Amino acid sequence: MQLQPKLIALQLLHLRNPALGEGLEEEMERDPRVCVMGEDVGHYGGSYKVTKGLATKFGDLRVLDTPIAENSFTGMGIGAAMTGLRPVVEGMNMGFLLLAFNQISNNCGMLHYTSGGQFTIPIVIRGPGGVGRQLGAEHSQRLESYFQSIPGIQMVACSTPYNAKGLMKAAIRSENPVILFEHVLLYNLKERIPDEDYICNLEEAELVRPGEDITILTYSRMRYHVMQAAKTLVNKGYDPEVIDIRSLKPFDLYTIGNSVKKTHRVLIVEECMRTGGIGASLTAAITENFHDYLDAPVMCLSSQDVPTPYAGTLEEWTVVQPAQIVTAVEQLCQ
Amino acid sequence: MSTAFSAAKFTSPPFPLRSHDKPLFDPLKIPNATSPFLGSTRKIRRSSSTKLNLHRRSGTVVAVSDVVKEKKSKSTSSLLITKEEGLELYEDMVLGRAFEDMCAQMYYRGKMFGFVHLYNGQEAVSTGFIKLLKQQDSVVSTYRDHVHALSKGVPARAVMSELFGKTTGCCRGQGGSMHMFSSEHNLLGGFAFIGEGIPVATGAAFTSKYKREVLKEADCDHVTLAFFGDGTCNNGQFFECLNMAALWKLPIVFVVENNLWAIGMSHLRATSDPQIYKKGPAFGMPGIHVDGMDVLKVREVAKEAIARARRGEGPTLVECETYRFRGHSLADPDELRDPAEKAHYAARDPITALKKYLIENSLASEAELKAIDKKIDEVVEDAVEFADESPLPSRSQLLENVFADPKGFGIGPDGRYRCEDPKFTEGTAHV
Repeated sequence: MQLQPKLIALQLLHLRNPALGEGLEEEMERDPRVCVMGEDVGHYGGSYKVTKGLATKFGDLRVLDTPIAENSFTGMGIGAAMTGLRPVVEGMNMGFLLLAFNQISNNCGMLHYTSGGQFTIPIVIRGPGGVGRQLGAEHSQRLESYFQSIPGIQMVACSTPYNAKGLMKAAIRSENPVILFEHVLLYNLKERIPDEDYICNLEEAELVRPGEDITILTYSRMRYHVMQAAKTLVNKGYDPEVIDIRSLKPFDLYTIGNSVKKTHRVLIVEECMRTGGIGASLTAAITENFHDYLDAPVMCLSSQDVPTPYAGTLEEWTVVQPAQIVTAVEQLCQ
Repeated sequence: MSTAFSAAKFTSPPFPLRSHDKPLFDPLKIPNATSPFLGSTRKIRRSSSTKLNLHRRSGTVVAVSDVVKEKKSKSTSSLLITKEEGLELYEDMVLGRAFEDMCAQMYYRGKMFGFVHLYNGQEAVSTGFIKLLKQQDSVVSTYRDHVHALSKGVPARAVMSELFGKTTGCCRGQGGSMHMFSSEHNLLGGFAFIGEGIPVATGAAFTSKYKREVLKEADCDHVTLAFFGDGTCNNGQFFECLNMAALWKLPIVFVVENNLWAIGMSHLRATSDPQIYKKGPAFGMPGIHVDGMDVLKVREVAKEAIARARRGEGPTLVECETYRFRGHSLADPDELRDPAEKAHYAARDPITALKKYLIENSLASEAELKAIDKKIDEVVEDAVEFADESPLPSRSQLLENVFADPKGFGIGPDGRYRCEDPKFTEGTAHV
């Protein structure tokens, strides 16, 4: 869908991203120790407008515009978390957090353990990632695959305004360090969400569409490609069960397992690279735990192991498209 | 090259602040250079041994702050410390030295393993700074952290047990030599990678400012000290944090323990401009160079730097010229350093110097100091005994402390949270 450039500009300038921003604002009102740190989060309102309006309301110290020094300001967030604050660190693009890997791995993940439990790190690290529209290789990265092995962190990926707000709030309230993966192309979604206070469970997966024939596990933007494929599949007579796993680490093996026990077939659709992605770990976990229930090998559709090209056509071919999902389901269900 | 630098480090008159267009030393004008290769340690050794001057340098304080200069001139006419303070400083330094010596013994007897980095020789910096802090102030250190922990108040027993890997260690045996933490004493680590503690320290200082300005805890004036070495001063995190701390006027003091060596890499071979204190003003904070072998000089500088931070005026960069008497770690054969250089600094042993000061100024008698020596020996031996007798961690400790909220291990196939599995507390659960 091609939006007119003018319309996009209007959206970016005037609309704050409501669900994520609301979740953040409510938590900041609820607990004065919650603060935000990142590049352009304050006066600029965030590069995707998630934090728009917060600096005016809460001040420049609570919504801190940092210099461009990811490793150091992430470490600063960790030090602040150790000493009593509850920072939300924004990576302007998740890819930039590669520069903060030292702090995220060594201090964020490990410090609670190496200190013998003396210090907690209730930090939330969040930002937009994933493949956008011709943003080029470096702005199109999926860091969930790189971070997943770090012991001591939790990772969640939001995909709808409802779960975005719920997961944001849950992540802020959690005593564990949580990395919240947002997606560049999902910021403009609209959905009615409840007025009253709610959170989404960080460790639970979300049943998107119940079904009998096959379990399709997905997360983030691929959920929409899966649902698009599901329309086609239903027309062709299939009944797919779609689960948005949401919790990338740890996996909700109960929801996933129950589904596998019902359908006996699993297709994983993800945006991570083929090698070492979330899908790879999920395949291993399912095979290990539910092998007896499978009628076919677990199939995993991932992005190609290619640096995301700039050209639109090439970019399209690196990411899983609905047609491929349909073909895969047909194959698995033979 | 070495000639000009030796003049800066070892002779009495303070070197002049040079103009920006003249380099301090011309690396191409190496005397007796047989190869164009810059910074051969052999050349440094040869030239420095001829230039060595055994006079103790007057604590050349090149500071931007006028207040420090004022204080310095005042202090030369009267004693810098009281008897009580003197004995406290002496005891703390002796504890540091005796503890580290015991660590070496225990290591070679197979009681502790891995990488152990000892602090011998640098005691003046730890004692000079940390003894001025309150309990709520924070200290962030590096892998050379045993003595910082002791100075901050972590009991010798807890540190020794941690080194032995016992459950009674300050980190339950989970951290080890390079990861000393104490929430009670606000010791925020213990970090193995150089530079990675500096942002953490900056964060602790940020919290202090946040508490005062956002949470309106008006009397919150906690200060954070970040200790790190000369090698770290070429690392990005150092510069990034100098910038942020100065930008937001955070209550932090950056303490550089310049012992001239990063394992086998001489500071002069690694650093384009080796005068680290000069990098402070580049970021908008005072940069001070002090004789780190003299606890009283360190203490004077520390007093002002800490007070400055408490007043809300922002950070200070303090470069302490110091030296480690032992190798980088117990695994380091320490073959590169010139014996003459080692001898020069051994003659400036901070403990000997303080002892001399106390006796010459009639602040303490030999007998009193010997009594302290004996007391510390007993403390250290008791620490070893305690550590020896303490239990090793049991299997059940394996999975504890990975998450503050163990729900983070997730939901198992049976629908229950994994941490509810009884095998979880046994440490045998599959996660």
